[in-house]
Amino acid sequence: MKRQIPIIITFLIGMIMIFSFFIPPLEGLEQTCSLFFDVIAVFAFFLGGGNLMRIHLNKLRRRKKDWGFSIVTLGGFFIMLAAGLLKIGNPGGIAASPTTEGSLLQEIFTYVFLPLQSTMYALLAFFVASASYRAFRAKNREATILLIAAFVILLGRTPFGMMLTAWIPESFSVLQVPNLAIWIMNSPNLAGQRAIMIGIGLGVISMSLRLILGIERTYLGDESV
Amino acid sequence: MLSFPVTGQVIDTVKAVPDSELVVVAPVTSLIAADHKYDDGKMIDLSWVPSIDDRLVEGNVMGYKVYRIEGDSEPETIAELAPGSNAYNDQSVERGKLYSYFVSALSSNAETPSIRTAPIQPQREWLNIELINVLIMALVLGGAVIYFIETARRGKKLFVRKIAGLEAVDDAIGRATEMGRPILFIPGILDMDDVQTLAALTILGRITRVIADYDTKIFMPVSRSLVMTAGRETIKASYQAAGRPDAYSDDMVTYITDEQFGYVAAVDGIMVRERPATVFLLGAFFAESLILAETGNSVGAIQIAGTARPAQLPFFIAACDFTLIGEELFAASAYLSGEPKQMGSLKGQDVGKAIAMAAILIGVLTATIGEAWNVEWIQHITTGLRDIFSTR
Repeated sequence: MKRQIPIIITFLIGMIMIFSFFIPPLEGLEQTCSLFFDVIAVFAFFLGGGNLMRIHLNKLRRRKKDWGFSIVTLGGFFIMLAAGLLKIGNPGGIAASPTTEGSLLQEIFTYVFLPLQSTMYALLAFFVASASYRAFRAKNREATILLIAAFVILLGRTPFGMMLTAWIPESFSVLQVPNLAIWIMNSPNLAGQRAIMIGIGLGVISMSLRLILGIERTYLGDESV
Repeated sequence: MLSFPVTGQVIDTVKAVPDSELVVVAPVTSLIAADHKYDDGKMIDLSWVPSIDDRLVEGNVMGYKVYRIEGDSEPETIAELAPGSNAYNDQSVERGKLYSYFVSALSSNAETPSIRTAPIQPQREWLNIELINVLIMALVLGGAVIYFIETARRGKKLFVRKIAGLEAVDDAIGRATEMGRPILFIPGILDMDDVQTLAALTILGRITRVIADYDTKIFMPVSRSLVMTAGRETIKASYQAAGRPDAYSDDMVTYITDEQFGYVAAVDGIMVRERPATVFLLGAFFAESLILAETGNSVGAIQIAGTARPAQLPFFIAACDFTLIGEELFAASAYLSGEPKQMGSLKGQDVGKAIAMAAILIGVLTATIGEAWNVEWIQHITTGLRDIFSTR
């Protein structure tokens, strides 16, 4: 029963989702199902928070390796929790929204959380450079094609690229680097992306059918895997 | 209060303005109220031609007010729209009731109502005919998948091409075992309502069975509480199936945070400190894909990635050893299981691909010939194909 009930629920909800796409009177059911998911996810959030506390308190208690990071994690967790729940420094008082301008929660969010988030995002620039260096090494035929295409696109998007091939007459304008870059993006690149999208669509249909029909049960923790 | 409006009957909206100072604008014309097609009888579509005084330069129209009259009741304002508006979708009607509408063009101090529409009743439709092409395609593809599942169940051997990324799974696990270092499994950053996360968990189930056999350490940091619960159940079941329930621990799956970059920072930290020998990046990834993959690369881990987000695929291809591209992510679980039923579902996908390829080929040929030689009946084929494979 532990496995059958989830399979029955998956089948019913899956069928409702499919039929509601084609049958207008069932449109509302789709949104209701999504709401059910949100409600369940909120309850599960307590599990997540509880797990976070348990893991890090345990690490602190046993003085495990790198336990210092756990102090920072738990400190951040409890300060944000208290600031939000008790509405510390909230100009509107306890009845106001926790995100009111001037509240401690909002201040921490703006002056601590957002800069940290931006820092992580900024790392992407350096990672793009190191990944590009590896990807663009002409070690085989495919990598060489990739390198040439990338070079043309990079060049085509700079004023130098335009200047370099401006002498090519209008009747052969397709050979100008900026136009070549546009052609690469709009033709081979777009065709490849669409082929991937078609594959993904078919993959999702096949996967969904396996889940709805109960053929795929691994995600339920089925022991017969 | 407005009642029984007549076109051009100017109404003073600012009290105590002499008639001579009223700014009079022309009414909207051709007001049509129509039942919204293919809905549950909860919408009415309005359209009109804007007032001729509704101009960007020297125009006097300040906006439009949409009035609704339910049965014999008084008119009520249901919307105030900006100048230039020529349509409105009323989503607050009830099936079985009669409604009529009029629209007033507003000037700075007066409004000019249009003619009232004939009473209309919203209707319910039981099938969205506009999606019939999608329904037929879904039935064909669904039928093909089920047919091949049944064919495989009856024992027929089905050929499925080798997927390099999945062939390398055993080697990647073996490498971690030999090096005595952990395996890191990252299931993306979306919740259990995303099919990519489900696909990642199905793969997790297959590979943890091998991990349990090899007695290798696995660690799975997650950014969603529900994924944590499902991940634990999946790993626990695999360890039980491998006959090693004692080796399972809840600490193998830990919740980090729902915040995208907070999660990335934590996972990067884990990679640098624990130095995993193998990293699986399977599921839905966004801007964090390259940050995670490059960090994994820098610690010398063998990396197998997979996502159905085309924008992230180039990053994975550049930074990982093997990448499951789109459909391969969804095929992975079936491929790794080797079960005939699951393999049959993969074969069903091929029918969809064959249809797509044939449609593309015919579409390219007919579009080229039709445009080059201006052949009308061939152009009709192109249009027909486009209608079949698009949703309105």
